[in-house]
Amino acid sequence: MDTFLLYGIAAIGLALSLAKDRGKTKMALKKAWKAFEGILPQFLSVLFLVAGALAVLDTETISTFLGRGSGILGVLGASLIGAITLIPGFVAFPVAAALLKGGAGATQIAAFVSSLMMVGVVTLPMEMKYFGKRAALLRNALAWLFSIAAAFFVGWAVSA
Amino acid sequence: MTAFIKRYAAAIVAALAFVAFVLFFPAWRGKALDSMVFQTKTMLLVIPPIFILLGLLDVWVPREKMIRYMGEGSGARGTVLAFFLGSFAAGPLYGAFPFAAVLMKKGASFANILIFIGAWSTTKIPMLLFEMAALGKRFALSRLAVDIVGILIIAWAIKLALPRKEVERLYAEAEHID
Repeated sequence: MDTFLLYGIAAIGLALSLAKDRGKTKMALKKAWKAFEGILPQFLSVLFLVAGALAVLDTETISTFLGRGSGILGVLGASLIGAITLIPGFVAFPVAAALLKGGAGATQIAAFVSSLMMVGVVTLPMEMKYFGKRAALLRNALAWLFSIAAAFFVGWAVSA
Repeated sequence: MTAFIKRYAAAIVAALAFVAFVLFFPAWRGKALDSMVFQTKTMLLVIPPIFILLGLLDVWVPREKMIRYMGEGSGARGTVLAFFLGSFAAGPLYGAFPFAAVLMKKGASFANILIFIGAWSTTKIPMLLFEMAALGKRFALSRLAVDIVGILIIAWAIKLALPRKEVERLYAEAEHID
């Protein structure tokens, strides 16, 4: 659904640009292509990494992990799974909701959702290309630690 | 040709590893191929609008404007703008990185770039609405509140921890994209 929005904005922008200046629009598309071509090798690496990782960690496997783990270990495990996987929200949220109904802890689910969104281990090759090794690793490490803290807050807020 | 192989070396290794994985673990084969198809579809769907938008941004937004609104001296307004830009985005986080590079090239401050990345990863509005429906208002809103704080802390911590020279190097790299 949000992809449609993205297409809409891009189409409107492109139409406005075209009405204003043909040459500049051509240049924008050229730049778009060049930027894409520049990141293509990293894109492809990420694609293979993600496909492999998600074959092993499919939603069923993730569910059993998240449903089972309790306590601190469960939170740690949930955040680690979230860090490695790359699942769009519209797939992850219904799974998370079903797990919550099935009795999984809100803290564990929050750890999974938070680290799923903020931490991207498999997309590191792309992040490093623009942000360098240091900043990319640092951001992911901090985001992972933070997702655990955030999980305890959400767990507390939901039960309070 | 050698330049091509050098650029694509990591991708080729990843591809070979994937092929080996599919060949040697038949139990995972179906799922691996399914997720390959799914991820390729997602990428192909998301890539065109994102790159068109970053091309338009690059051509139409003058550097002085970007510096004024999101540069070093932009203050709270720059922070808020970075949050909004990221929150109105759509698509997976990897779409944010090339976009961030264009913002860098145009002179947005490093802290604001980090906030933009953070917002894109967690406070996207369409996703938030969906999260509220699936997991409840309390869950989604408390996560949003704590994540806004977290995005600011993480941006600030990275900015402090990263040497000036490294930041300058990243900006110099971003200059080359065009």
